[in-house]
Amino acid sequence: MTAGPRQEFIAGVRATLPLEIGAAPFGIIFGALAVTSGMSPAAAQGMSLFVFAGASQFIGVNLLAAGTALPVIVLTTFVVNLRHALYAATLAPHVRHLPQRWLAPLGFWLTDESFVVVANHYNEPGDPRHRHWFYLGSALLMYLNWQLWTLVGIIAGSAIPDPTRWGLDFAMIVTFIGMIIPTIKNHPMLAAVVTAGAVAALANPLPNKFGLILAALCGVAAGVIVEARRGEVKPETAP
Amino acid sequence: MNEWLLILGMMLVTFGVRYPVMLLVGKLPMSDRVVRALRYVPPAVLAAIIVPSMLYPDGQTFDLSLQNSYLVAGVVGVILAWRTRNLLLTIVLGMGFFLLYRAVFGLI
Repeated sequence: MTAGPRQEFIAGVRATLPLEIGAAPFGIIFGALAVTSGMSPAAAQGMSLFVFAGASQFIGVNLLAAGTALPVIVLTTFVVNLRHALYAATLAPHVRHLPQRWLAPLGFWLTDESFVVVANHYNEPGDPRHRHWFYLGSALLMYLNWQLWTLVGIIAGSAIPDPTRWGLDFAMIVTFIGMIIPTIKNHPMLAAVVTAGAVAALANPLPNKFGLILAALCGVAAGVIVEARRGEVKPETAP
Repeated sequence: MNEWLLILGMMLVTFGVRYPVMLLVGKLPMSDRVVRALRYVPPAVLAAIIVPSMLYPDGQTFDLSLQNSYLVAGVVGVILAWRTRNLLLTIVLGMGFFLLYRAVFGLI
């Protein structure tokens, strides 16, 4: 069955909707943290508008408040975002046929959340022809939602004395848990998740979130090795 | 002014990681093996992000105790996700449990 652009777009919005609940507190904390640590409201919103990378924005604000030199902040952002290179590489085979006017905005709007939703959708059986509309729907919703909650956070920032003490950053953790668990349908996937988590925990003391990249690569390797040994993963049904 | 320069720099490196890779890798021939391996990227990266933030709640100190609300609520979240298979329910109930747990233990 072929889903048209409109259906794909709506399906992308639908699949991403629950994730907005997890992203909302995160956006509020970012906005609040940015203005309470001395950033102007315009720049706080500007960072969400033009950088659009949750974890990096937090790190940027934290480092700025600590008086870190600008090149160091930019370099740290780069390292933290290296995982996006993995995401981009994963999606690349699916979007290679698209023109620049699609690739540039889809690249800009790539996030952890949209990536997982979109990558899973591309792995489903069926006609993938219009699935970039699914990607667009997911990404646009993430973007607009992030802008809205950043704004709420900026406004609330002056009212809440210490926004981090509520521990609302747990929202991101539980969102990601809810995304991972249903994908564990076989042994290779379980091996990938457990290995990545264990290596990340052990490698946490490494500087600049380097452990994250290392852990992700070990997780993927574990999945591939277990898959080769057991050969129990269904072959791809999508063309 | 300095903050806008920072935004520009962060924007360049963020977009610079996302877009060119998507563009260039898309031009390369991809073997079936590579495409299959890439399916492990999403869960592996997410696990690598959350496990340390549950075990090191302040970013540096390893905390394997009931005082660590991130770890306790994270384990509850895994059970919720596993039993309900419902993302929305997992987020709402997991977040609710987290806030309640912190309130009961006086962590807020």
